[in-house]
Amino acid sequence: MTAATVMSGLLAVEVPYWASAIIKVGVVALVVPTAALVLGYVFLLKMMSFMQSRLGPMEAGPYGTLQLLADGLKFIQKEDIIPAKADRTVFALAPLVVLVSTFLIYVVIPTGPDAVVAQLDVGIFYALAVSSLSVVGILMAGWASANKYALMGGLRAAGQLIAYELPLVLAVMGVVIQAGTLDLQKIVTAQAEGEIFGWGGIGNPFILTQFVGFFIFLVAVQAETTQPPFDMPVAESEIVGGYQVEYTGFRFLFFFMGEFGTAFAFAALAAVLFLGGWALPWGDLTHWGFNIAGPVIMLVKVLAVAALIFWFRFTYPRLREDQLQRLAWKFLIPLSLVNIVITGIFKVVL
Amino acid sequence: MIAEHVAFGIIAAVMVASALRVVTTRDIVHAALYLVIVLAGVAALFLLVGAEFTGITQVLIYIGAVIVLFLFGIMLTRTDFDQDTETDHKRKLPAILTALLLLAVMIGALVDRFEDVKLDANLPGGQTPQTTAQVSDKLFSQYIVPFEAVSVLLLAALIGAIVIARREEGG
Repeated sequence: MTAATVMSGLLAVEVPYWASAIIKVGVVALVVPTAALVLGYVFLLKMMSFMQSRLGPMEAGPYGTLQLLADGLKFIQKEDIIPAKADRTVFALAPLVVLVSTFLIYVVIPTGPDAVVAQLDVGIFYALAVSSLSVVGILMAGWASANKYALMGGLRAAGQLIAYELPLVLAVMGVVIQAGTLDLQKIVTAQAEGEIFGWGGIGNPFILTQFVGFFIFLVAVQAETTQPPFDMPVAESEIVGGYQVEYTGFRFLFFFMGEFGTAFAFAALAAVLFLGGWALPWGDLTHWGFNIAGPVIMLVKVLAVAALIFWFRFTYPRLREDQLQRLAWKFLIPLSLVNIVITGIFKVVL
Repeated sequence: MIAEHVAFGIIAAVMVASALRVVTTRDIVHAALYLVIVLAGVAALFLLVGAEFTGITQVLIYIGAVIVLFLFGIMLTRTDFDQDTETDHKRKLPAILTALLLLAVMIGALVDRFEDVKLDANLPGGQTPQTTAQVSDKLFSQYIVPFEAVSVLLLAALIGAIVIARREEGG
């Protein structure tokens, strides 16, 4: 019995609906914290340290790999403080709304021909829609804390996320026009099977034709995850952490996981949309082996995109609110509209 | 079909309960948050009948944008923390009458039109009854004129809003 028949046998096993649902929820529930840990360790702790000529955490585990786990345990031990004037229910629900929004994005990200939680006809549209839910959680946090810094942080976050959601969606439009589908799986196959003027050596990753879209997408992602240089909503030197100011212990941990989990999810979306996702342009895309190799290929591409995002994060100083809004409305949105028009013309002509 | 009926029942019950809380709660931010649950319920109902595109648009537009603007507006205009965000319920009676009238009109119209229409739930291979491609094909061929008319209407509303807002600002 070859490995292929074992694999196809495994895939053919009829799993009852409830069991497959539980497995899928379990997978997503495991992936999000792991993703947050990986990004936090590799980039936030180590890459930033090296860029600043220091070592970063070295004590917890080899090369400090267990530092974030130790931090997580510390957060869980902390006292759960809710301000006296806070709206208790809304205050408690807010981090959950943010985290659920993050979890929901992972549902459609494909990592292999069958290795996807749910293949939706409207994949990328769904991902962008659920990612916009986190704003509600952030506004809830800002309002329920009954703290003026928190409220200002919440308002800044809302203004920023509304402004940058438009370039984010419009940047994706170019890819959607070129692939002719919203389905993330089909976007992956379109790139792997694509040809550059009849030459199929490396497929046709959309970054080659949609480099403007890729750039806009990355900038918008940076703003959507409120990372520096777009960290006005949490600017610690101005509003002491913004909407997170009253949160302690595991509730703060939720926000932390939400931020890094979303960064990872958006990096994965960028890898799918612009870098060809889990596929390599050689070989049979329906081969079962891609279900095992796919996640690895994806991880490499995701880390490459994440490295770019965090490189920006550590290099540029914080933008002022007016500069931030001007960049979105007067530069990124017109640029992405031009990109859509040009892509549309090429789509019709070619 | 039983699973769909149960799901519909649960979603509908949650929606009705939240909708009642939207109008009975005294805190205006809570009202907006209950409205989120109602709108999420609408999206869930769309998904339940297989209208994926409409369901997800519902989430993106209503929860991701409209509610966020509501909350943004409420929080931006409320400057003092000790000030109440409580709403008064002075015009309770006319509000109830209007709501009941609207309910009667909508029930009448919906029952009249969809009394005998049944959704075909047994599509082969778990297909959705209506794919996004079909929606856009219809929208940009058969319904292109209404679609463009709505676009122009929205643009006019947008420009109008900006003009009114700027005039007040300039004094």
